[in-house]
Amino acid sequence: MNISYMYSLVAVIVLFLVAYVGVMLPGGEVFFGIIIPYLALVIFILGFINRIIDWARSPVPFRIPTTCGQEKSLPWIKPNSIDNPTTIGGVIIRMFLEIVFFRSLFRNTKMALKEGDKLSYEWEKWLWLFSLAFHWTFFVVLFRHLRFFSEPVPALVELVAKLDGFLQIGLPELRISGVVLLAALIFLFLRRIYIPQMRYISLASDYFPLFLIIGIAFTGILMRYFTKVDIVGVKEFTMSLATFKPHITEGIGSIFYVHLFFVSVLLAYFPFSKLMHLGGIFMSPTRNMVNNNRFKRHINPWNYPVKVHTYEAYEDEFREKMVEAGLRVDKPLAAKPPEEPEEKE
Amino acid sequence: MSELPNPDEFLAKIEHKPSPRGWMDTPVEIRKGIACHAAKPERLETVGFPNPRDWSCYDEDWKLPENWQEILHKGFKERLDRFRSIKVFMDICVRCGACADKCHFFIGSGDPKNMPVVRAELLRSIYRNDFTTAGKILGLFGKKVKKSYGAREMTLEVLKEWWYYLFQCTECRRCSVFCPYGIDTAEITIFGRELLNLIGLNIDWVAAPVAFCYRTGNHLGIQPHAYKDMIDFFTDEIEDVAGIRVEPHFMKEKADILFITPSGDVFADPGTFTCMGYMMLFHFLQEKYGLEITWSTYASEGGNFGFFTSHEMMKRLNAKMYAEAKRLGVKWILGGECGHMWRVVHQYMDTMNGPADFLEEPVSPITGTKFENARSTKMVHITEFVADLIKHGKLDLDPSRNDHLKVTYHDSCNPARGMGLLEEPRYVIKNVCNHFYEMPANTIREQTFCCGSGAGLNAGENMELRMQGALPRLNAVKYVHEKHGVNMLSCICAIDRAAFPTALEYWLPEVDNCGVHELVANALILPGEKKRTVDLRNEPLPGMEDEDAE
Repeated sequence: MNISYMYSLVAVIVLFLVAYVGVMLPGGEVFFGIIIPYLALVIFILGFINRIIDWARSPVPFRIPTTCGQEKSLPWIKPNSIDNPTTIGGVIIRMFLEIVFFRSLFRNTKMALKEGDKLSYEWEKWLWLFSLAFHWTFFVVLFRHLRFFSEPVPALVELVAKLDGFLQIGLPELRISGVVLLAALIFLFLRRIYIPQMRYISLASDYFPLFLIIGIAFTGILMRYFTKVDIVGVKEFTMSLATFKPHITEGIGSIFYVHLFFVSVLLAYFPFSKLMHLGGIFMSPTRNMVNNNRFKRHINPWNYPVKVHTYEAYEDEFREKMVEAGLRVDKPLAAKPPEEPEEKE
Repeated sequence: MSELPNPDEFLAKIEHKPSPRGWMDTPVEIRKGIACHAAKPERLETVGFPNPRDWSCYDEDWKLPENWQEILHKGFKERLDRFRSIKVFMDICVRCGACADKCHFFIGSGDPKNMPVVRAELLRSIYRNDFTTAGKILGLFGKKVKKSYGAREMTLEVLKEWWYYLFQCTECRRCSVFCPYGIDTAEITIFGRELLNLIGLNIDWVAAPVAFCYRTGNHLGIQPHAYKDMIDFFTDEIEDVAGIRVEPHFMKEKADILFITPSGDVFADPGTFTCMGYMMLFHFLQEKYGLEITWSTYASEGGNFGFFTSHEMMKRLNAKMYAEAKRLGVKWILGGECGHMWRVVHQYMDTMNGPADFLEEPVSPITGTKFENARSTKMVHITEFVADLIKHGKLDLDPSRNDHLKVTYHDSCNPARGMGLLEEPRYVIKNVCNHFYEMPANTIREQTFCCGSGAGLNAGENMELRMQGALPRLNAVKYVHEKHGVNMLSCICAIDRAAFPTALEYWLPEVDNCGVHELVANALILPGEKKRTVDLRNEPLPGMEDEDAE
């Protein structure tokens, strides 16, 4: 029994019950529908900004990019201007590929010791593929949800929704993103459980967001395809939130509030968790810096003078030996007292 | 080496399946063969480091200052405020596990705490407990909850775990290549060791070179007269090989270039052959083009073990380079083959001890090439310099003199991942050798494997660790050895040259190790040289096997 994963699972189930039951209590709809979401949003925004400011407050004293390609040196050697960028443009491309396509993760391989003595590094793109699938579909789902918060719905949102449902299966038509999202999440979860190394390093704070987002996707899918939530009522309610004139629409159903509560928890949890990698990746000095170290001096704001061993002190200690060895010295040897005649070999 | 099992048994022991219990439930066991000896007090005294004393990591009592927890906490906080890298890296890891099997120590040992993510978690667990809101809130629910969140209190047990595993990282940055956020374990280890340094937890193999370097100018504590003696000895050796007496300059004022290289190459084979290679090259350049390159005994260390101690100590040792260049009034600095030296020179020196406005922007007086990429730091890597000479046809080379060698090239971690020096050494090698073979793509260039002994871990007492760390690299060498008959592993790092001979002897005795400039000097035709019948190692050149008898 893995305690980290149990804690997280129990936490998400409790959250489910809290919202499911809570919303039935008097004032529950206002609490879970209006107060909690607004509060969560405020926590998210302030927390996120606060974290970014906190990171930004610490300087970057040294320019330490991890170089993953040829440096710019001699004119006839072709530099790798993306993986070892010397210009801001190069860094932007490097960061873009990193953030949008998880380029470093794409390098991933799987090590195995074969035939007793042969190390091999095998093709392993599943982590990359499912991570990318998870992030992209999550983004698409999020983007699609703009239709609940805008009137008229922007054409791009409509387009994305349409593309997302291009298979045209079922009614309402199946949105691929939701299914892929859930599948990717389940893969990422199973990975943590079944790969011993992953189980070893996984914390409750790794499982919790997974379960939470699984919960979000699950309740979303439940509402769309199974309980067939009153979409007009939902839109009326979400628009009231978006326009800051919140009022409750009757008869939306508990599952909707659970969905909304999960999203709220995710938002509020976000700034205090590893999910901040969303902001952090932009600030990672090994990726967002230009490798122009030797041609443009980087300034360390707290660079302070240090105690060094000067040449003078060095020569003072070794002058005699240096002279004897025929090494040039700055200060000549003091004349030797007569009672110490120079020894000859 | 006698305590090590034979390589087959060694390999059979490696198991990459961590215990089903979490890492916080697996107590640290400091093992002989893995851990390094503690620093002797006099090392710390020389440079004014805290808490000098005799102690041993195998003792129960580490003789720590009474308020060690407070010192660490304060040190942690200070550094969070000074280094954005640390702060961000403490916060954003998602434990995706991509780094796990990228570390040579994990691959070679199977010890799950050598997964880079866990090495960082050792520190993160304290960070979460001491510095995060979530950690403080969850702490109220008890230790178990806190633990499942990955937070714990700093105890002696934790400290020992820090010490043990921070000295099982060579700061090679391989994991950071694979990390989707670029989290750099080198940065974590540098930071962690800096904290340990605050309470006097150093290893002697780092602290001794630091103390030596501070006083004598080099890690090995070679005093000026002895340094000159050693170079003189090489002069004789070169005369035996080439029939030419080279005359190296020492601390020559107004020389064109100051040359700085790791002292390891003056001290022990096979680095010494690389050192002789430099001397022959400089002689050639002086004879043919009148270029004056001077050595210095004060700045007689390219490497910087201060880097493995603290940022401050790195700066203190590094300062000698610019100071000496300024004193001598040279135009610019040329740096020899060394790994971490070049990380320091490339990524730290100018920031710490610059601007070097008293030097000129480096130009090769022979080819007229401006080293634009070094125009601020004013320090050029010798393979950049030599690649340019070769490209312009300025060296007289006979690569067939290396025909007895089938060469592969090991990218040293720091020039590869902290600089991007990949093609220059290859270009040089391909021009001085006829037989060059690359190792598999997953093990070279930015994905290169460490020699397993970097960042101050090249001691004698941690031989098991070193052999673990060397395994992935030498396994790739073995591959090209079996496929192409490779018999020479070349590199541009003095730590490599100190580490590989031992590791090769254990894992792959059929292959030898050399620096790139040993190969250059073998091929280099010196003006007026005698008929060369042997290489720098006094081994007969191809087709000259009988000439020895003369």
